[in-house]
Amino acid sequence: MSESTTYTGFWQESPRPGILGWLLSTDHKRIGIMYLACIVTMFIVGACLGLALRLELIAPGRTIMDAQTYNATFTVHGIIMIFLFIIPSVPAAFGNLVLPIQIGARDVSFPKINLLSWYCYVSGAILAVFAIFSGGGAPDTGWTFYVPFSTQTTTNVNLAGLAAFMLGFSSILTGINFVTTIHRLRAEGMTWGRLPLFVWTLYATAWIQVLATPMIGITLVLVILERTFGAGLFDAARGGDPILFQHLFWIYSHPAVYIMILPGMGVISEVIPTFARKPLFGYWAMALSSLAIAFAGSLVWAHHMYTSGMSDFAILVFSFLTFIVAIPSAIKIFNWVSTLYKGSIQLAPPMLYALSFIFNFAIGGLGGLALGAAAADIHLHDTTFVVGHFHYTMFGGLGFAFFAALHYWLPKFTGRMYQHKPAVIAWAIVFVGFNITYMAMQAVGIQGMPRRYYDYVPEFTTLNQVATFGSWILAAGLLMMFVNLWLGCRAGDPVGKNPWGAATLEWEVPSPPPLENFGEEDPVVTRGPYEFKGVVADEY
Amino acid sequence: MSIEHRDDTGARFGMWLFLYTEVILFSGLFILYAVALSKFPAQYSEASHKLNIYFGSINTVVLLTSSLTIALALSAIQMNRIRQCLNLCWVTVALAIVFLINKYFEWSAEISHGIYPGSPELAEMGAGVASFFNLYYFTAGLHGLHVLIGATLISIVAIMTAKGKVTSDRFTLLENSALYWHLVDLVWIFLFPLYYLIL
Amino acid sequence: MSEHKHEPVPYRTFIQIWVALLVLTGVTIAVSRIHLGALNIWVALGVASLKSSLVLFFFMHLKQEGRLFKIGLLVMLVILAIFIGMTFTDVLYR
Repeated sequence: MSESTTYTGFWQESPRPGILGWLLSTDHKRIGIMYLACIVTMFIVGACLGLALRLELIAPGRTIMDAQTYNATFTVHGIIMIFLFIIPSVPAAFGNLVLPIQIGARDVSFPKINLLSWYCYVSGAILAVFAIFSGGGAPDTGWTFYVPFSTQTTTNVNLAGLAAFMLGFSSILTGINFVTTIHRLRAEGMTWGRLPLFVWTLYATAWIQVLATPMIGITLVLVILERTFGAGLFDAARGGDPILFQHLFWIYSHPAVYIMILPGMGVISEVIPTFARKPLFGYWAMALSSLAIAFAGSLVWAHHMYTSGMSDFAILVFSFLTFIVAIPSAIKIFNWVSTLYKGSIQLAPPMLYALSFIFNFAIGGLGGLALGAAAADIHLHDTTFVVGHFHYTMFGGLGFAFFAALHYWLPKFTGRMYQHKPAVIAWAIVFVGFNITYMAMQAVGIQGMPRRYYDYVPEFTTLNQVATFGSWILAAGLLMMFVNLWLGCRAGDPVGKNPWGAATLEWEVPSPPPLENFGEEDPVVTRGPYEFKGVVADEY
Repeated sequence: MSIEHRDDTGARFGMWLFLYTEVILFSGLFILYAVALSKFPAQYSEASHKLNIYFGSINTVVLLTSSLTIALALSAIQMNRIRQCLNLCWVTVALAIVFLINKYFEWSAEISHGIYPGSPELAEMGAGVASFFNLYYFTAGLHGLHVLIGATLISIVAIMTAKGKVTSDRFTLLENSALYWHLVDLVWIFLFPLYYLIL
Repeated sequence: MSEHKHEPVPYRTFIQIWVALLVLTGVTIAVSRIHLGALNIWVALGVASLKSSLVLFFFMHLKQEGRLFKIGLLVMLVILAIFIGMTFTDVLYR
């Protein structure tokens, strides 16, 4: 991207020339761009695997792969999408790009550790790829690594576990960096009440990253040790407890769901006021509901385990607590909708993604309540309804928020605007394809189709075919979106400081921002993040 | 490359956040321990008797003392007593090595009795005892790894102090390494009674 | 950035804390030799918590740090208690 001579800002300013200027850079924007490049690559790889899975399910019986390959494919699809795409997507890529500028800082608190976290991410990615092609073959446990299967299978679980450990470490380092940065490096006048909502959600996310991620670290280390020594840590016959593995696993992995979705909510909270030309409705409710989601998220992990054989009392407690999480999530949805009310809405591409985020997330969230209710979950557990549900929240939620962020902030960081018309068409295709795919998946799940099966009874054929058909539409839309964005970054029209007329700080610096973000003078903040009075959008 | 920016409090806070992650890391093992203890109280007491309480107690004293010396080292550098600070750092590292040597002898003795994760002798002793020793080895092993890392960190900082890179004005590195070392001590403070003193 | 520095803690304070820690170690060993049933483990944990707070507040200078550090530690401990406590809603009633 950096060859073109018209680019300015941080793309060219660097103490080191060439590729080393990137690989050894401690500039948060360069690290953010490197993250973004890796994450988008990983997303495309994961999406291709997902397409292969859907293609296998187009007809009962073996279609394009055998059962073992199917198991490995959904495992790798899960590991890539969860650990290499969703978790780092918004925080590591856009958090790094935007957060320091939004709070008026010149960089994060620990720039070198920031670079280290990128290297952890990359080595995790390399290990994950290695795990597929070496040892006893690609891991086939599902991304959840459940014991006892994960301690007995001959496939390469060790390396995949190590990869996830490294990625967790990368996530922790980012979290530490963000918490410290937000506490220590806010510009003069950037009070807590003037923090953009994106920063608030990243703050909540960063705390979860710090406090929950080590649990997955130790859990995966224990699985690896168990495979090495055969000590029986999770073997009931030898004094272990297989259900405890699930507890430890979900103690991290449920809060991780909020690591995934919270930053997405932050993006939406930026986009909606900007394109409704109205201050965000209920600033403090929004800010505090982020923290509330983060906290409540640590109370509900065992709702993934209703059918695991844990005690009925625990099922009761966790089912009840699960419903509490719906409250702050609903606060957010209502506040976004209230922000839209009587706003002068401009349906630019980021806004379309943001609005469809609300739609998808509401469906996903309500499906979550069905699964959170223990009685309904007994029927729905381990069906494709669950798969459809979490794709609604993760892909329809965070994925769409990520696309909104791409359309919203890429012009800022490349200094060029993509074509709007193809962007809108691509959005429509993605939205339609997405809903066809996953709605069909939810429907067939309610009928009883189990997840993670490569074969099914003929009754499920029609809906599976609809889902597969939808996945093609979705893929076509994604392809169009990425091509359009790529062309826009390469050769779009140059944009000024503030193409959208947004009021947060990043739109007051040039596009692309210079090294150190601000000139000689540190910025002084005198107004809130959504006060649009006097803020005018540049022509482009 | 950038404008000189220094934030010692921020650096310390970052270190504390990192220590939280370490606590949670160990807490995974402590959760397994707590659950197993509530399931096998009698077997845990029986297994605990097989551990050598002298090794455990001596190592406790060694670690507490090393925590003292590194804390003193920090005060020393703040008062610009570089020589003293260096000595205290090296004493800390020496105590860490003493700890590891003790651990080595303790583990060798136990392994020679056939007690190690996955051993056939352990399997014969029953589920509760096996679970105790599995967790003991993994927790103490992870802790030992942290002792090693901490000692390495302190050695590096000591060398940097000798070279004048850590000074009475700029000692965040020493401070953060000391914090890490105290965490190693903290984990042991819980590990010791839970594994050696169950009756 | 101007930086507020901690005053160096006098050696004497640290040595006093160290002595207290050694005494508490003695106490915990002594108590463990007395049969108190299930109470033993709680006494051991209590003494260990006391020892760790000495280490935290004095050796780790938490006493001199600002409110942020203390709140952070509290948050971590609350989350830790949730992780352990909520796991027991399953294990105790299974």
